[in-house]
Amino acid sequence: MELFIEGISKAWSLIVSLDAEVLAVTLLSLKISCSATFASLLIGIPVGVFLALADFPGRRLVISMVNTGMGLPPVVVGLFVTLFLWRNGPLGFLEILYTPSAMVLAQAVIATPIVTGITVASIQNLPANLKLQIQALGATRVQTVCILVREARLPLLAAVMAGFGGVISEVGASIMVGGNIKGQTRVLTTATVMETGKGNFDVAIALSLILLVLAFSVNYLLTVIQQRERPR
Amino acid sequence: MSEAAPLLEIRNLAVARGGSPVLRIPSFVLHRNETVALIGPNGTGKSSFLMALAGLLPLESGEIFFRQQAIVPGFASTEYRRKIAMAFQEPLLFDTTVFDNVAVGLKLRHLGSREINDRVKCCLDRFRIAHLADRSARKLSGGEAQRTSLARAFATCPEIILLDEPFVALDPPARQALSDDLERVLRESGTTAILTTHDQMDALRLADRMVVMQQGKIVQSGTPSSVHTRPANEFVATFVGMENIFTGTVTGADNGLFSVSVAGRTMAIMGDGVPHETVVICIRPEHVAISLTNPDATTSTRNIFPCTVSKIIQLGLYTKVYLDCGFPLVVSITNQSLENLELLTGSRVFASFKATSVHVFRKG
Repeated sequence: MELFIEGISKAWSLIVSLDAEVLAVTLLSLKISCSATFASLLIGIPVGVFLALADFPGRRLVISMVNTGMGLPPVVVGLFVTLFLWRNGPLGFLEILYTPSAMVLAQAVIATPIVTGITVASIQNLPANLKLQIQALGATRVQTVCILVREARLPLLAAVMAGFGGVISEVGASIMVGGNIKGQTRVLTTATVMETGKGNFDVAIALSLILLVLAFSVNYLLTVIQQRERPR
Repeated sequence: MSEAAPLLEIRNLAVARGGSPVLRIPSFVLHRNETVALIGPNGTGKSSFLMALAGLLPLESGEIFFRQQAIVPGFASTEYRRKIAMAFQEPLLFDTTVFDNVAVGLKLRHLGSREINDRVKCCLDRFRIAHLADRSARKLSGGEAQRTSLARAFATCPEIILLDEPFVALDPPARQALSDDLERVLRESGTTAILTTHDQMDALRLADRMVVMQQGKIVQSGTPSSVHTRPANEFVATFVGMENIFTGTVTGADNGLFSVSVAGRTMAIMGDGVPHETVVICIRPEHVAISLTNPDATTSTRNIFPCTVSKIIQLGLYTKVYLDCGFPLVVSITNQSLENLELLTGSRVFASFKATSVHVFRKG
């Protein structure tokens, strides 16, 4: 208990003194996870909309695969991204292994199925005849899709939250493809693992607290937007 | 109604949904400025018919012609779809204000903001919802939401408007008010319209023509009063409220009148009958009169039966009296008549109806 209280007090001083290293690690975490979430939205929303609306053989199979992908273990993603980016791997020519780019890629792979899966559910949860009603008002295909996405905007915010929450907190993939290199690929989660291993509980607690506050802030912001839009 | 080229024409239409056939309509024609009511029980294909006419459903076979031009259903028919509008049974409003909901169709057509503004305001006024313009569509009552949905459909000034059960989810006062307003808007705008309903009163009130559907097919089409008084078959008869339907045998025919034996009683009917033929006869409950004395001497009514009152059910505006005349007969009378006649269960009365009040069709 003493260790815990002492850890928290040291952590607090690290945070309020704006420790340069802690700050750098925090900013890098945010940058990587925000980029990865953004990339997953760019891919996941269009794919999700397509899967929800299109009719093709094997559609159910693809949706089941996406839903399974929502629970991809980050270490498995880390392993496969490492293999792809390895010097002799199919994407080895990119030479991005152990760089923040590789971490963005790995995190995007984790977040994309989450965003896609929630998008499919959001669009499918709209009233069954809504698509026909939009067409009946004279909409083209593109206009129909735009209105449907706009109607699903509140559940789609949940996709953003779930995607970001999934990647800001994962450690397995980041440590495997980033390598936890000080000043280059060290993020909040990988640094927490390392500091805990070294017995530096104060630093580890400080990093964990920041991680919690970050995750909370982003979700709080999105929740406020969602609830403000919500019908009362 | 002109006999000129129809606005919309259907030939050999067949539509399937979810693998099972829902519509089979060999021919249907809609003329300009006509208001058609599609009636029939739930699940009979009325909504599918409207959706098919709106170009929203793929056709298994057949063709739809708009001003003699064949249309291709789906996104390919945007130009056609922009000449019609459909309001679904559920209001299906968008998650925005009432104003923006009504403006949707106009924005899809890329009209200028000034024109959109004018047309939306006009439509909000027509449906008496101008005061709700800035309200979120999620905060509307059922009647307000339905009005918004109708205003949204009318805002685009369609050449044909298709309305699926516009009054179905409303309570009686809201229903009456909306029905009044819709009647006025249809009359003022002169829009050609098809509306579906399972309430024949809506059809009688709003439509120039009534089309009765049964299991994906059109079984009768005609003026509301002709469908009401001369149903094509037993199904239509039941649906339009012909509660007295009997099977009988023609016993004789003479001079534009024929007699039919029903449960041992003989009825005189206007028309031509072939002796020994089995026929179905229908009499509307409001076409039967009840009297305490035999009206024989005082009226030209040919069908008079002594009966006993077996049940009386008061239905608010009128009363249904169930009689036993050797065959069961249902009669609608006003509450005032009920009071004047001092009817009670078991009362002995005379039921009478004219030979012209009986509608007959061949069994089959």
